[in-house]
Amino acid sequence: MDGSLRSLLGRELILAVRAGGGAGLGLAFFLIAVLLVPLGIGPELALLSRVAPGLLWVAALLAALLSLDRMFQADLEDGTLEVMATAALPLEGLAAIKALAHWLTTGLPLVLAAPVLALTLGLPPAGIAWLVGSLALGTPALSFIGAIGAALTVGVRRGGLILSLLVLPLYVPTLIFGARSVDLAANGRDPQSAALLLAAVTLGTLGIAPLAAAAALRINLR
Amino acid sequence: MSVWSYANPARFMRLSARLLPWTAALAAGFIAIGLIWGFFFTPDDFRQGASVKIIFIHVPTAMMAINIYAMMFVASLIWLIRRHHVSALAARAAAPIGATLTVVAIATGALWGQPIWGTAWAWDPRLTSFFILFLFYLGYIALWSAIEDPDKAADLTAVLALVGSVFALLSRYAVNFWSQGLHQGATLSLDRAQNIANVFFWPLLTSIAGFFLMFLALVLLRTRTEIRLRRIRALQLARAAG
Repeated sequence: MDGSLRSLLGRELILAVRAGGGAGLGLAFFLIAVLLVPLGIGPELALLSRVAPGLLWVAALLAALLSLDRMFQADLEDGTLEVMATAALPLEGLAAIKALAHWLTTGLPLVLAAPVLALTLGLPPAGIAWLVGSLALGTPALSFIGAIGAALTVGVRRGGLILSLLVLPLYVPTLIFGARSVDLAANGRDPQSAALLLAAVTLGTLGIAPLAAAAALRINLR
Repeated sequence: MSVWSYANPARFMRLSARLLPWTAALAAGFIAIGLIWGFFFTPDDFRQGASVKIIFIHVPTAMMAINIYAMMFVASLIWLIRRHHVSALAARAAAPIGATLTVVAIATGALWGQPIWGTAWAWDPRLTSFFILFLFYLGYIALWSAIEDPDKAADLTAVLALVGSVFALLSRYAVNFWSQGLHQGATLSLDRAQNIANVFFWPLLTSIAGFFLMFLALVLLRTRTEIRLRRIRALQLARAAG
């Protein structure tokens, strides 16, 4: 069991990194989205630093969304998913590993790139520290909630649009607590309550999402 | 006879055919009485003037908008556990009604907010959570219409409704954290001491009963339509196969 988890995670990461895998695309999208906003609203650093927490969080949300629709789809199309469903590893484990791989290839790069972008937007240092912290706490929830949406829409042709309609409302609590904690820290207030609630949402999601995603996968494999 | 026997579509069709005219007529009656009573036979508020009377539409639609989602949650649970098709179809039938009433609640709130708050929209927790609720309805409806196989669609939307309920509830309280409220708290209750004035209470209760009955009538009607569509589909498949 332990070995199958590890080899599955290795497979996901190799597939993501090799040609056509699309790892790093989320990061590129994150960079572009953050670049476009100053071009749109003007270069005043005071204004940009005011909106930076929310802007960076919204951009992270959209970047996480970008690669979700391929999470299970390729494996369903070539029959791999059916083989995996007959394996000893339950589908819940498969969904969790897929979501973890998605986080490692999409969420984690965002966490690492965020401080640089925050610097360009003039976010105060206290805010930058909490930005990294809150993204590290919150982006796993984005990947795991996304796994539910990806599993629900895996059989839908051109499911990308409907996936975003399903998943983005589910991101609301994560966004609120994540952006709020950065905002509080940037304004010299105590961000702990928001960060704790963010951690609670993430932990709850880590528990619920594999079950819901596996249920949806079972229905789609029927 | 247990209530589950009405989960048989044929029995449900017979029962709903008998219930439908009565619920529809009662709904029309209660809404007409509630609104006429509320609009013309209650006093104007000493500060808000006649604009206060929008509560006779705003409050019932807002209540129904939330409760319809709860009904869809229960119906989805029943479908997942007991596999009664009527339950899944009732959840499907309820969603567009819920979405419409959510829009009506937001629109009436905006109409009232323009003169009283001085703004049609504020990023207030209640308003925002209704906006989010509307998106949940849209996603649910979109997923239903995206999947061809009806049983698969019923299963997947049921999973979505369960997950969505958890997150809708979470969002409802998360938005409190994010913004201070402009919207007043609840003042309508059956048992608390602080309650709205009696002159408004009874017509409002009548109107709420009317909107509830209207939802019941619409959901019966739409569920009947869904059952008939399923029958047509089954007939077409049988014809195509034979």
